[in-house]
Amino acid sequence: MPGVVINMRGLFDRIRIFLRILLPSAVLFVAAVANAVAGPYEDALPGLTTDSYSDTAAALDQVSGSGSDLAAPLLQALKDQRLQFSAVEKKVLIKTADGKLLDAATGQPFAGTPPADLSNVRLNNRLRNLLDAALGSLTLMAADPNKRYDAAQSVFKSRDAATMPVLEKALAAEQNARVKAALMQAKAAIVVVTADAPAADKVAAIAVLRDRGDQDAMALLQTIPANAPPDVLAAVTEAKANIERNLALWGTVQNLWYGLSLGSVLLLAAIGLAITFGVMGVINMAHGEMVMLGAYTTFVVQEVIRTRYPGLFDYSLTIALPLAFVVAGAVGIAIERSVIRFLYGRPLETLLATWGISLVLQQAVRAAFGPTNKEVGNPSWMSGAFDLGGILITYNRLWIIVFTGIVFAALLGMLRFTRLGLEMRAVTQNRSMAAAVGIRTARIDALTFGLGSGIAGIAGVALSQIDNVSPNLGQGYIIDSFMVVVFGGVGNLWGTLVGALTLGIANKFLEPFAGAVLGKIAVLVFIILFIQKRPRGMFALKGRAIEA
Amino acid sequence: MNKSVHSAASRPTARKWLAAAAGVAMAAAGAFSPAKAQDTIKVGVLHSLSGTMAISETTLKDTILFLIDEQNKKGGVLGKKLEAVVVDPASNWPLFAEKARELIAKDKVSVVFGCWTSVSRKSVLPVFKELNSILFYPVQYEGEESERNVFYTGAAPNQQAIPAVDYLMSKDGGEVKRWVLAGTDYVYPRTTNKILEAYLKAKGVKEEDILVNYTPFGHADWQTIVADIKKFGSAGKKTAVVSTINGDANVPFYKELGNQGIKATDIPVVAFSVGEEELAGLDTKPLVGHLAAWNYFQSIKDAKNAEFIKAWQTYTKNPKRVTNDPMEAHVIGFHMWVKAVEKAGTIDPDKVIDVLPGTEAPNLTGGISKMLPNHHITKPVFIGEIKADGQFDVVWQTKDLVPGAAWSSYLPGSKDLVADWVTLKCGNYNTVTKKCGGSGS
Repeated sequence: MPGVVINMRGLFDRIRIFLRILLPSAVLFVAAVANAVAGPYEDALPGLTTDSYSDTAAALDQVSGSGSDLAAPLLQALKDQRLQFSAVEKKVLIKTADGKLLDAATGQPFAGTPPADLSNVRLNNRLRNLLDAALGSLTLMAADPNKRYDAAQSVFKSRDAATMPVLEKALAAEQNARVKAALMQAKAAIVVVTADAPAADKVAAIAVLRDRGDQDAMALLQTIPANAPPDVLAAVTEAKANIERNLALWGTVQNLWYGLSLGSVLLLAAIGLAITFGVMGVINMAHGEMVMLGAYTTFVVQEVIRTRYPGLFDYSLTIALPLAFVVAGAVGIAIERSVIRFLYGRPLETLLATWGISLVLQQAVRAAFGPTNKEVGNPSWMSGAFDLGGILITYNRLWIIVFTGIVFAALLGMLRFTRLGLEMRAVTQNRSMAAAVGIRTARIDALTFGLGSGIAGIAGVALSQIDNVSPNLGQGYIIDSFMVVVFGGVGNLWGTLVGALTLGIANKFLEPFAGAVLGKIAVLVFIILFIQKRPRGMFALKGRAIEA
Repeated sequence: MNKSVHSAASRPTARKWLAAAAGVAMAAAGAFSPAKAQDTIKVGVLHSLSGTMAISETTLKDTILFLIDEQNKKGGVLGKKLEAVVVDPASNWPLFAEKARELIAKDKVSVVFGCWTSVSRKSVLPVFKELNSILFYPVQYEGEESERNVFYTGAAPNQQAIPAVDYLMSKDGGEVKRWVLAGTDYVYPRTTNKILEAYLKAKGVKEEDILVNYTPFGHADWQTIVADIKKFGSAGKKTAVVSTINGDANVPFYKELGNQGIKATDIPVVAFSVGEEELAGLDTKPLVGHLAAWNYFQSIKDAKNAEFIKAWQTYTKNPKRVTNDPMEAHVIGFHMWVKAVEKAGTIDPDKVIDVLPGTEAPNLTGGISKMLPNHHITKPVFIGEIKADGQFDVVWQTKDLVPGAAWSSYLPGSKDLVADWVTLKCGNYNTVTKKCGGSGS
């Protein structure tokens, strides 16, 4: 044993000498090992501090391939523009949603004072694409099925063959049918673009794409070269024909939907005019400005909500509706009482006077709010879109159609079932007889004009969601509104409805062939010819006063 | 009916109301009182303050007033104060010519800063030629023009459209292979798209990979066109949209893009007429990554720019007031004019026109712009991506300043033409026939 001890001592001595000689290099070695253990993730970080897109791209590639647990949060932060760097201190920091700073290298909270030159790591479109692809492959196994679905979609788009192993694993583990289908499609997309994949696999992949049946699938099929094996080519031809048929069918449905949507916008803009022009016979050139006032009312309401009660933003339109009706209606009544009532029966003077009023209103709004566009936000329930079969339906258009329907029904009901409506119809059909039975025609005139203007104001609330809110907003709608009312038949609400929808749908079916400019001209020519044949529009109203 | 009684009773009210309305209209028309003192140099401002173009042009009027104010603080020009004469052509093209005549003949202004649309510029050209005055035109335009009396401080197509397309073809821009050229239906988009089509074809892009689409002014329903763009973009090749859509139509266009979920990473849109001012009316979060090509962005980090923005926001008393490219063009043009007048020692238009080529003035992005013999200037070109806050992040820029070319070398009708007002004294000299007076296409 003592011998052993001595031996041990000698060994220790030898080791000590060994260490003394080798210490510097050993430290280096250990450091290198530590670095290697920490992985390429840490190595990649300095690439994010140079503010160069190509360095960021290289670092991104390294991070996503590092396998580090920190990679996904880092990429997510980069995507959300929460990743910051300091070029001086070569530090990369993640800013959390609640404003705290984390050290990207460790994932721990950052201690000490943040560097003075901290700024966001900048992105361009190429980087955003790379980032989506990288995040896609990293989140394929996420717990949230929606995240997995998004991940599958971004893999479908990136078609990166390197994600295949992860994709296979995710596919085997996937329980959710929707996500599973998306994963299958992503796999098919990769197989289709991989040149050396077996022909049988390709045929199966093409079948998956055929069932997807949309333009993205079509785009993928276009990439298959003409020198592929014959059975693959046959499958491609069959799938393409299938998708084309599918797309053509949905294209028609989509055109109908667009036409309906445009028609509802036209109807909304014209329905107030159908009252003032159609029922009262006043050529109201300031009608568009009532729409504009409604839109500006929405803007003001949203401004107040934004500064005082941010939580109410989703209700801003609901609050704006009655206000817009009141504002535009009050202005309408004021115009009727101060100008138009002196001009009944003198259409030319009315036209000029109301046109002048429209200019005054425009300039007044320009003076009050400035000439630039005002931002009117979409509440959350009005933004975005969803797929219905093969067409994309945007929420704002859907709600506007629904809303137009409600306004139309309410107006129709009002005219038919209320006393005011009855009196309005009486005055329209025979003014002197109505006056003789005791209806105060002057009051009815003012109220009718106010009602038409108020409805134009409501239309402004809806139009603020799809058009820009500027002093010129109304000008764009005045011609179209007159067209709808004249085409549909003066004095008839149903005529306005049919007229608006016909024009909307005709416009949308012409546009793909003729282009927007020619399409519009074609519609105008059609209306001119139609008016030649039927001067009173589609649904002419019969009445003694109308004849006069 | 007893309407007459009513109307008689309230006629005074109506008259008063009309008088008030007239007052408002006159005040809005900007009828500034002319000629306060004789020892001032008058500067004409010809920008629409009402009508469709007021959205863009009002800011330019304010810019010139601001610049005059600054210059007067420094003691004016040639020892005299500058005095602005503001008129409102009301977005009405023939009225532009009338107001220009009024400025030059009646108010005797020594220079005019004005116009936005090409059609308004074309409308005032004969007036400036006839009365021999000077016009500084600050907006990017379609080129194919060079007049002795006009100085173009905005971008010619080779200073905006061509570099933007080059960027999109590069690796960073996404190596775009398929192009949608979408524009409003008037002279600027049509000429620009003609040049771009010729350029793209020269670069080997096939006919079927170019889709040209025009829409009327103020087009509001973009559903079909955006769906068409989406369809065109899913042919398996990287697609981009080059937008020369002008004015109000941009807002519904971008809204529809956002709603139909077309992201910049799928189909980027590069716009030539959308700047900070136009984005002010939009929720820009869905638009992040879409592009704009300009010669100036408010977000460019430069000491001169920071100083200008600060002074501008102080002058307008609005800490959020944005700056934009045509404003910068006016800044450059104004300083060039001041320098030229001081060098010439007179406001005589002939002498100032002779001195202007070669005059240099700093731009707001760190360079020195120079007036060229063809009456265009040298400018840097920037490509910016829209950020979530409505500003632009510059993702690409030219190394040097690009000299503006009056005549495009890609159009058959203009490739042999050069403009040179110094040696050749000609705006459209044909280098093949060696004659002045060739025509553009």
